[in-house]
Amino acid sequence: MAFADMLNIGMMQGFAGLSLFAVLLLMGLGLAIIFGQMGVINMAHGEFMTLGAYTIFLFSTLAESFFPQFTQSYFLVAIVAAFFVAFLAGWCVEWALIRHLYKRPLDTLLATWGVSLGMQQCFRSFIGPKEVSPTLPDWLMGSWSPHEGLDIPINGLFVMALTLVVTGGVLLALYKSRWGLRVRATVANRPMANAIGINTKKTDRMTYAIGCGIAGVAGAAFTTIGSTGPTSGSLYIVDAFLVVTFGGAASLLGTVASAFGIAQMQSISEFFMTGSMAKVLTLMTIVVILMMRPQGLFASKIRH
Amino acid sequence: MNKIKAFIDQRGLGSFLILAALILVVFPLAMDIFRLNLVGKYLTYGFVAIGLVMCWGYGGVLSLGQGVFFGLGGYAMAMFLKLEASDPISTKIQSTPGIPDFMDWNQLTALPLWWEPFKYLPFALVAVLLVPTLLAFVISFAMFKRRVGGVYFAIITQAVALIMTVLIIGQQGYTGGVNGITDLKTLLGWDIRTNSAKYILYFANALLLLGCIYFCLWVQKSKLGTLLLAMRDKEDRVRFSGYDVSMFKVFAFCLAAMLSAIGGAMFTLQVGFMSPSFVGIVPSIEMVIFAAVGGRMSLIGAVYGALLVNFGKTYFSESFPDLWLFLMASLFIGVVMAFPNGLAGVYTSHVKPWLARRKATQAKSQALAVPPADNPPPASPPPAKEAEVPGLIRAT
Repeated sequence: MAFADMLNIGMMQGFAGLSLFAVLLLMGLGLAIIFGQMGVINMAHGEFMTLGAYTIFLFSTLAESFFPQFTQSYFLVAIVAAFFVAFLAGWCVEWALIRHLYKRPLDTLLATWGVSLGMQQCFRSFIGPKEVSPTLPDWLMGSWSPHEGLDIPINGLFVMALTLVVTGGVLLALYKSRWGLRVRATVANRPMANAIGINTKKTDRMTYAIGCGIAGVAGAAFTTIGSTGPTSGSLYIVDAFLVVTFGGAASLLGTVASAFGIAQMQSISEFFMTGSMAKVLTLMTIVVILMMRPQGLFASKIRH
Repeated sequence: MNKIKAFIDQRGLGSFLILAALILVVFPLAMDIFRLNLVGKYLTYGFVAIGLVMCWGYGGVLSLGQGVFFGLGGYAMAMFLKLEASDPISTKIQSTPGIPDFMDWNQLTALPLWWEPFKYLPFALVAVLLVPTLLAFVISFAMFKRRVGGVYFAIITQAVALIMTVLIIGQQGYTGGVNGITDLKTLLGWDIRTNSAKYILYFANALLLLGCIYFCLWVQKSKLGTLLLAMRDKEDRVRFSGYDVSMFKVFAFCLAAMLSAIGGAMFTLQVGFMSPSFVGIVPSIEMVIFAAVGGRMSLIGAVYGALLVNFGKTYFSESFPDLWLFLMASLFIGVVMAFPNGLAGVYTSHVKPWLARRKATQAKSQALAVPPADNPPPASPPPAKEAEVPGLIRAT
């Protein structure tokens, strides 16, 4: 009995770590493309996530008040919509700001910080300062218990499944598609990519927009876990940057590995101390490791 | 008289003197003590801004963690003041008299060991200067020795700012938590809340700031300043010339940290409390915008930037709280897109040529007007004003 309890606690603890891993990876993926591949320090990343989350909220409200027959099924459509809303916003931001700043990476930081402030205030003025959460379909609620005393929340499973799909999609797109080839060529050597006929400007805009779209999907997934407010995005931004930097900026595999490492470190240390101290310990470990090994876990083979 | 003028021109001190006159004479005469105290608070951000000019503009090292050093300086000062304010007599209603009130609320029964030395002012002052500088040294030495680029350095400093905030808020019993260290009363028995004390602190702060600016101007004029600039523009070339680039960057970052810490300590003295809301990520980035608005290459401009942005913040968040964030957003975007060198850059690239053109046309029209010699051109400005102009230009 006691052994079974221990096993259950261990499994639930392990699941908590895994679901934190999924969250961190989902946050980091979009940034791994924008920051890792393009070198743009996108401080508005969190706000693109919030944008995706608000899209879900909009769909949920619409479904509830006008189309009650869709309250069970709107969620999947809404996730796709969240991608496209964030994608469009990213497209516009790239067109208006980022394309002028590729040669000044530190200035992209300040400009996108401005974008994030503006977006936060837009959310506050037009949607409202209160935190909102969409009405989730029934199949996302509750928990799955394979046997007595073991409860695994379904929303956690959903986020993990979504993370798997998105990560797989990004890996495939980056390494198997024409777009991925163009992105990698542009990152590796911009003048040469230009010379062989790749439209690097168009590639940049597409890349930035896709990164923002993935952030939108991440935000959409987070609505199943917590509520969304105007400033929710700013809570994630440092974590997202650390995940990408720790993994080695230009390596997607590194991002996966570092999200896993950070999540396990955090959830295991949370078992022994308070949440805030666990966070401090995790962050400090990352910072110290980055000081020792600035290129991150997986260094890219590209020379910059 | 001419000698003095030549001296000012030669050292580029004209705009320095104008700033000094503004904050030492004009502001105290024009404002009541409440507003003057606010200006004093803004000027403490001026320390951070000139620090950023030295490390970001001159050294090319953007730090998003200046709030950490500002906070460390402020907290070191606040710890001393708090210990003085919580003597056993005034805290006798606590279950443990003689320790700061927030410790008592958090069931601490004795002063933590690392608070003990803060009972002595000299130690607190040394801590204000050295603790942030040491932290800056540790961070920057480890990173610049490994040739970490500016982008990664910015992200790491931001992570440090997050760690610091979480730590301060999490360790409520030792740091006062979210509320920070409040209720500061006296400095060595001298009540810092009275109006006369506020005046004295304002002038002390202003003089200290001017002293720091003068020091930084001197650094910029020295060989060290030239090297910093050279490094920012072509790091490899300086390295191949045989200089240890990393140590110069470490120096610039430590200097910025120490300046911020002085600002933080003066902030605590003038405002009367210190809290984690001046430490985290958001305030740290706001500090960068002070320097960016004023001009990242101009010490004097950075002080004006700190003053302007904070005046704007106070004014707009009092009257149009919704507009403030939009304004801040457009400030960030506008400065980066249109005026990368801030107000000082606008001055050197637009106002200065315009003044020079005006002077040239005036000289021409005067030369033409000399033969008739009966009516001089009406628009000619008083010569005294023109005499100041060259100094202004050279300093920015």
